[in-house]
Amino acid sequence: MSVRHALLALLSEGPKYGLQLRNEFEAKTGDVWPLNVGQVYTTLQRLERDGLVVSDGEGEEAGAQKDFRITELGERELETWLRTPPDLSAPPRDEVVMKVLIAMSVRGVEVREVIQDHRRYMVELMQEWTRLKSHDGRDDLNFALVVDAELFRLDAVIRWLDAADGRIARFDPEADAPATATPRAMPYPLPRRTAVRR
Amino acid sequence: MTAALELHDVFKTFGDGPTAVHALRDVSLSVAAGELVAVMGPSGSGKTTLLTIAGGLEDPTSGEVFVDGEPTSKMSRGHKSQLRRRSIGYVFQDYNLLAGLSALENVSLPLELDGVSSKPARIKAQAALDNFSVLDKADKFPDELSGGERQRVAIARATVGERQLILADEPSGALDSVNAESVMRAIHDACKQGVAAVVVTHDAKLASWADRVVFIRDGKIMDETHPPSSPEAFVAHPAQ
Repeated sequence: MSVRHALLALLSEGPKYGLQLRNEFEAKTGDVWPLNVGQVYTTLQRLERDGLVVSDGEGEEAGAQKDFRITELGERELETWLRTPPDLSAPPRDEVVMKVLIAMSVRGVEVREVIQDHRRYMVELMQEWTRLKSHDGRDDLNFALVVDAELFRLDAVIRWLDAADGRIARFDPEADAPATATPRAMPYPLPRRTAVRR
Repeated sequence: MTAALELHDVFKTFGDGPTAVHALRDVSLSVAAGELVAVMGPSGSGKTTLLTIAGGLEDPTSGEVFVDGEPTSKMSRGHKSQLRRRSIGYVFQDYNLLAGLSALENVSLPLELDGVSSKPARIKAQAALDNFSVLDKADKFPDELSGGERQRVAIARATVGERQLILADEPSGALDSVNAESVMRAIHDACKQGVAAVVVTHDAKLASWADRVVFIRDGKIMDETHPPSSPEAFVAHPAQ
């Protein structure tokens, strides 16, 4: 989550001060990502140092709110960031995947039970998110989008667990022995596309 | 308090000898009034068999099914089919609406088959359509409705009258995720009004609407989710 760019996006609507930025950030992310006001000011200082925002509080009386506004350079930076997909070309070191892979080689551990422990936990988390969504009376599009993203992310983990469960259940060590005896080269390095610029 | 649905030590075997298929093995499940239970499992795990036995569409090989406290094995065929018409509503993946009937007629039909005269049946059907926000589609035929609207009509049909138990088999299988959510929201809302529901699905997003998720594998219930120790225990801070 780039706080830096989220603040630029809020400032693209017009000049704002620090506390206002913190409140608007939390509201626009459905109150799901809390943000420390200190972090807001530190980020604003860095944005100012890089010429992406300017402040107009200098020389004013003490205690007055310091307004920040986005510069042209800041607007260009924001647009580039919005259109640049994150780098997903290399598979992340996923903890659930690692645990299932390791469970297969630990003696006395039933890997399908390990899979079920993770599946149950993920479904319980999804139940909690869905409960928040169903109890939430507000017609809050931002909140619904954040919850959907979390539900889809957890759903993807469960689908992988289901696929792993099915694959392990069908695995025949006898039939597959020759294939696994020789280590296979992994298809790495993958083509690295750090950015797609349009 | 009597459970809306109970399965006690249910076994179901298709065929016999070495080719016998043990679809359900020692399944026990209790669903309270107002509770929404999801049954999750891979294809061939016994989910649909569990549902057809729970709904009295098939008999178990052994074990007992109680609907509203009454053992279905002790019921006459007539009594059982009255129970299916009057107390249990079914929702299927492909909606199963009758093509030649309007949405209103589809929903009032089970009441009329049960002896309710036409006018009161239609009034109840209108109320059910209204509950699921499809009253304005009452005169439309199934082929004039979107997939989401058809399924909401099917849920209205499943809950019309005095039905106390909804049994749904992959109720949003062919729908996009937003329509699928509205179908689960409709079933969830029906449960808030006291109806019990069992939804079988392989989709965790649908199952997450349930109060309890039961996991089935190879015909056996192997696990279930537990409610949080306190509703406040879950704090939504996902992105660490």
